[in-house]
Amino acid sequence: MKKSVLFGALTVTGLVAGAAQAATLDDVKERGELNCGVVTGLAGFGAPDANGVWEGFDVAVCRAVAAAVLGDPTAVNFVPTTGQTRFTALASGEIDMLARNTTWTFSRDTDLKFDFAGVNYYDGQGFIVPTALGVSSAKDLDGATVCIQTGTTTELNLADFFRNNNISYEPVPVETNAEAQQQYLAGACDAYTTDASGLAATRATFENPGEHVILPEIISKEPLGPLVRHGDNEWGDIVRWTLNALIAAEEFGVTSANVNELAAAPGTNPEVNRLLGTEGELGAMIGLENEWAKNAIAAGGNYGEIFEKNIGENTPIGLARGLNAQWTNGGLIYAPPFR
Amino acid sequence: MTTTSDAPKAGFRPSQLIYDTRYRSLTIQVIAFIALMLGLSWLVSNTIANLSALGKDFDFGFLGQRAGYDINQRLIEYDSASSHGRAALVGILNTLLIAVLGCALATVVGVLAGVLRLSKNWLVAKLMAVYVEGFRNIPVLLWILLVFALMTEATPQPRDFREGGDASMILGDTIAITNRGVFIPAPFWGAGAGILLAVFLVSLVAIFFWRRYAHRTQEQTGRILPIGWGTLGLLIVPTAVAFLALGMTSGRVTQPVLATGATEGMTLTDYAASQQTINACAVPFSTESLNLRRLMRSQEIRFNYVAVEDAAGALAALEAGNCNVLSLPASVDLATVPAGAVALSDTIRRGMPVEFERPVLGGFNFEGGLQLRNSLIALWLALSLYTGAFIAENVRGGILSVSKGQTEAAYALGIKPSRTMRLVILPQALRVIIPPMISQYLNLTKNSSLAIAVGYMDVRSTLGGITINQTGKELEGMLLLGLFYLVTSLVISSAMNLYNASVKLKER
Repeated sequence: MKKSVLFGALTVTGLVAGAAQAATLDDVKERGELNCGVVTGLAGFGAPDANGVWEGFDVAVCRAVAAAVLGDPTAVNFVPTTGQTRFTALASGEIDMLARNTTWTFSRDTDLKFDFAGVNYYDGQGFIVPTALGVSSAKDLDGATVCIQTGTTTELNLADFFRNNNISYEPVPVETNAEAQQQYLAGACDAYTTDASGLAATRATFENPGEHVILPEIISKEPLGPLVRHGDNEWGDIVRWTLNALIAAEEFGVTSANVNELAAAPGTNPEVNRLLGTEGELGAMIGLENEWAKNAIAAGGNYGEIFEKNIGENTPIGLARGLNAQWTNGGLIYAPPFR
Repeated sequence: MTTTSDAPKAGFRPSQLIYDTRYRSLTIQVIAFIALMLGLSWLVSNTIANLSALGKDFDFGFLGQRAGYDINQRLIEYDSASSHGRAALVGILNTLLIAVLGCALATVVGVLAGVLRLSKNWLVAKLMAVYVEGFRNIPVLLWILLVFALMTEATPQPRDFREGGDASMILGDTIAITNRGVFIPAPFWGAGAGILLAVFLVSLVAIFFWRRYAHRTQEQTGRILPIGWGTLGLLIVPTAVAFLALGMTSGRVTQPVLATGATEGMTLTDYAASQQTINACAVPFSTESLNLRRLMRSQEIRFNYVAVEDAAGALAALEAGNCNVLSLPASVDLATVPAGAVALSDTIRRGMPVEFERPVLGGFNFEGGLQLRNSLIALWLALSLYTGAFIAENVRGGILSVSKGQTEAAYALGIKPSRTMRLVILPQALRVIIPPMISQYLNLTKNSSLAIAVGYMDVRSTLGGITINQTGKELEGMLLLGLFYLVTSLVISSAMNLYNASVKLKER
């Protein structure tokens, strides 16, 4: 009896003790590897390819940070997390950052003690249903059985949506996207709800994507972005400005193809020069080498390249830029100035 | 010269703490205890320090906050506006439900398999051996997932039950087996249900006394009374008679359907056409609500269901405008009904004391009836079969522990084999069977926390899953969860210990 209490307490403190460290940057450098929390598998956003190499839109953020900090985009240890395990993994220090389509909300930022480094995808929650059901609006789903990943904001939005519209539903909680997909395809639920981007990604893996339709209603705002623990602001700055560097690179036309050339000598645009380290000491200000941004951009390209390669219109996922276009093109993607 | 002397009267010396065996063990215990306490206090202070370093406080206030999520299987009223504490309670009840169902089925399966494994029939004995070894040696999580996958993949969707589909309901269209669960008829309680229940309880008491009388008669006179038939008769006959009698009096009685803003003698169909929405007030699980719903369904009227407490509550809701249709017993004076509500030409039956509502195919899914979700069935079957395999071994061991001489002696006295098992072997075997059985029940209860694998909303999934995730109160949530399982396990084992004390060998 005493023993079990002891071990229980040991486990708890073991979890908590891991979180007490402050200098994540030093830990990552010493380890020579970035521990990055990702999804358990969502095509286009984060999934291992046929060779077991992780790739995807969120994975690219991990690689960019690893490139910025360690100079090596492959020095990443990917830790798959579910909706339920991700926050504990981050809070306990098991992972250094989380890049796993996680919605930026007030309570997560404040109460859960995390810092969001920015938004890399502006999303919203949608529904997918088989075309055969003949449903054209989410408001027709009265009495439907809906598959939902537990431990997500989508779970709360779903409850609010049905409550507001005074219609009933039956939630079927599932742990991972793969499980939800299996349940949905088996017909154990009429509809599956998650972020619209996730629905598009999931539908792309179906045998007959044409037999499923994503309903027009977007029932929530889901700004997705990478996040780190509260309290280590230096590390938070690194992740935040690596993401901003990718975004700014697209704005200024810096791509993976021309980044080495542009970084070789100072050019005409002073902001590009500062970004790529040919002018000023921006790298030193966040405790990195001066070519940190160059490395991050060289890892997988700028924001636009990453988008097009993983989830863009020429991929099976086929997402349009929409809200995620640069602000100069009428979107919301916007990086603060590098100076 | 003195060779002997009294034992030295010297007082206690500190060195005795180490060199004197009388004190040494005490010393070691004290040191170990101090070390343990130091270790514990270090753990606690470390936890507190790290929690404050993370900026997290330690309080249970989150239990009163709005939960915001829905739960599909709830044994008590709950919706997304309820508190996290209520969500935890829903989860606790779901855990207890699976524990009770699981322990019951595991016991039945285990006892059968244990006895049959000793059967002289080679095939039966070997089959049971395969069952026991198969379930005992494969992790329970795999069995849960396997049963769930079978239930989901091998059963038809509700859609397939439509015309042109290849699935149909069984047992006279009363039960539907779908990949969302099994839909069975649900009981609804009508007028006289209380009397029926009372009659049933009285017959249970009567059974108790009948059995005691039969035993006493046998002990005193040796005459054996038909205990089994008597019990069965007492169980069924009075209740059935009461049901029929009550059904005769109230089953066919009709009562009016009242609607606000209608004209006297209007039909329900006409009234529905004249209104935008139909909101029907009814007491949940009463036969009146069932018959009102049947009437609406038969005329294909879409309506909202407003749950009320009783007839007075229904009238209040009608007055407040929460509903515009309700049905009242004819005994209620129509003069007391708020102005504007008049009787339609349609009437409904008052209903039998108990009526069953069949599940029928609705828009997306079966509606009405009771839904036993696949997650519940998968978890229940898998846990029961798994634990049943262990119980079977306990039972087999218990029976084998009774010496063969007991059986032979009983046969020599001319006792039949079935009675030998029931009166001689099992009472002695129970002493061996019960203690390990307690741990099997505890195992089953704790293993039910694997529920999340199939999406069953037990306390691990609500309090220990979604609530922790939404509020970030890992430490508090896990402590509460641990406390719940600890208390549950202690209650189960003390209850079983009481039973054990009643069957164990009485030494005088």
